[in-house]
Amino acid sequence: MRAIRAIFKRELGGYFATPIAYVFLTIFVLLCGVFTFYLGRFIELGQADLQSFFLFHPWLYLFLIPALAMRLWAEERRGGTIELLLTLPVTMTQAVLGKFFAAWAVAVVALALTAPIWLTVNYLGDPDNGVILAAYIGSALMAGAFLAIGTCFSALCKNQVIAFVLSAAACLAFVLSGYPLVLEFFGAWAPAVVVEAVSSLSFLTHFNAIARGVIDLRDVVYFVSMIAFWLYATALVIDLKKGR
Amino acid sequence: MVEIEGLTKRFRAVTAVDDVSFAVERGEVLGFLGPNGAGKSTTMKMITGFLAPDAGTVRIAGRDIGEEPVAVKSGIGYLPEGAPLYSDMTPGTFLAFVAEVRGLAPARRRARIEEVIDMVHIGSVLNQPIETLSKGFKRRVGLAQAVLHDPQVLILDEPTDGLDPNQKHEVRNLIRGMASEKVIVLSTHILEEVEAVCTRAIIVSRGRVVSDSTPQALMERSRHHNALSLVVDQALSAVDLEALEALPPAAAVEVSVRSESRTELRIFAKAGCSLVEEVGALARERGWLLTEMHGERGRLDEVFREITSGQLS
Repeated sequence: MRAIRAIFKRELGGYFATPIAYVFLTIFVLLCGVFTFYLGRFIELGQADLQSFFLFHPWLYLFLIPALAMRLWAEERRGGTIELLLTLPVTMTQAVLGKFFAAWAVAVVALALTAPIWLTVNYLGDPDNGVILAAYIGSALMAGAFLAIGTCFSALCKNQVIAFVLSAAACLAFVLSGYPLVLEFFGAWAPAVVVEAVSSLSFLTHFNAIARGVIDLRDVVYFVSMIAFWLYATALVIDLKKGR
Repeated sequence: MVEIEGLTKRFRAVTAVDDVSFAVERGEVLGFLGPNGAGKSTTMKMITGFLAPDAGTVRIAGRDIGEEPVAVKSGIGYLPEGAPLYSDMTPGTFLAFVAEVRGLAPARRRARIEEVIDMVHIGSVLNQPIETLSKGFKRRVGLAQAVLHDPQVLILDEPTDGLDPNQKHEVRNLIRGMASEKVIVLSTHILEEVEAVCTRAIIVSRGRVVSDSTPQALMERSRHHNALSLVVDQALSAVDLEALEALPPAAAVEVSVRSESRTELRIFAKAGCSLVEEVGALARERGWLLTEMHGERGRLDEVFREITSGQLS
């Protein structure tokens, strides 16, 4: 625990020592506003909820989260500090978790900074705050899953740009697999089981389920196991590649 | 203290480290020598638990690093090759991070950090981002990190690489200062360093240990061990040179300068023999205008070259 905390603190400090965290937070909050009010027509819809706000989160995460994750391990390998880190008395799990939690914390801070939208909707109307809270939790979980994928690609590539592009592509696959267009494509020829399987792998499906206000254990388990799977893969990849 | 047995590491078809075994005890400063690519760094990466060996074991104080990695690593201080550091941190925050990960008791943490800061003289750059520091300072921060928890075992991969002569001197003093209470293994390709700080030298070549002895013993293998260089302000005749060569301890005579007014030559000694007395006596007897005479201890670079290119042993 001590080691995880120390690594977490260092990594979080790293985000704020460079402009990464500030750029990420600013752009995230800005785009959230733009998407919600212009594309989401938040005002025109006149509904006292944040559906039009959360609707765009998967798309924002799609390119912002890989940017957050790309440095995590790629930079360690490029700078050789991975040798320093992994010869400290820490386990691989501690190192992977400490770094992951730091990046996740930045994402959660970004979410927290969107509170003015929540305040606005409460000022304008009388929304169901339980649903909003659930959606926030769902969004944070989804961010974690995106991050875990990004972490894995960061471990895979020494080059941060390649890590970014590959993880964005992988994330896109996981988002799209729940999109009606894709599901219809599969539905046209594949048996229902396959369509179901593809859809159940999707971030969108599970996020939308939570965003409706029902925190179903299955959706939470989905995201948590997604995170666990990709972080486990990260540890394997690091172990495999550290000799080079 | 440190026991290494049958350590082997392969990268695809290349065997980087091939069945390396040795043991080091407290108080020893082991110099790990070898040409680039001989497997020095790979061996050190396995000793420190960064790489898992394909075969063989590393035991430190009786504990196997493969079985108890965290416990064993906490007793090791390691300066990786090139002294990698988190460039966006300052030496101060970096050392605090290492202290925290290493679990130094909070009460002891600050005192110990101050101690190592004084030890390697980085007080003046404590709050500067590491990326802005000179190479010498970075290396010292790397050293500070390695000794922070006062480890029993110190593994230093090229600790003085890229430092200026003063800094090298300083780092060597530091190593000597700690030597008596620790096991220190350092890799280097600077041979004078081996002479200066090591009590023992292992030479590796193509992943194998090809020599394990003391720097002194290595130098005794050199042709130049106990050789004498003479400068005489006159021309020495062939007869003079023959007389030199005929001295019982002399193995050979090499003349490098021979003019009317000056002769420079080097006399090589037979193994275990000293030339000084007999050469001196001869010079007096013949009334040579001897202006310079100095003995050599031997040339490590020569021995190193011979051993690693496979001509010796």
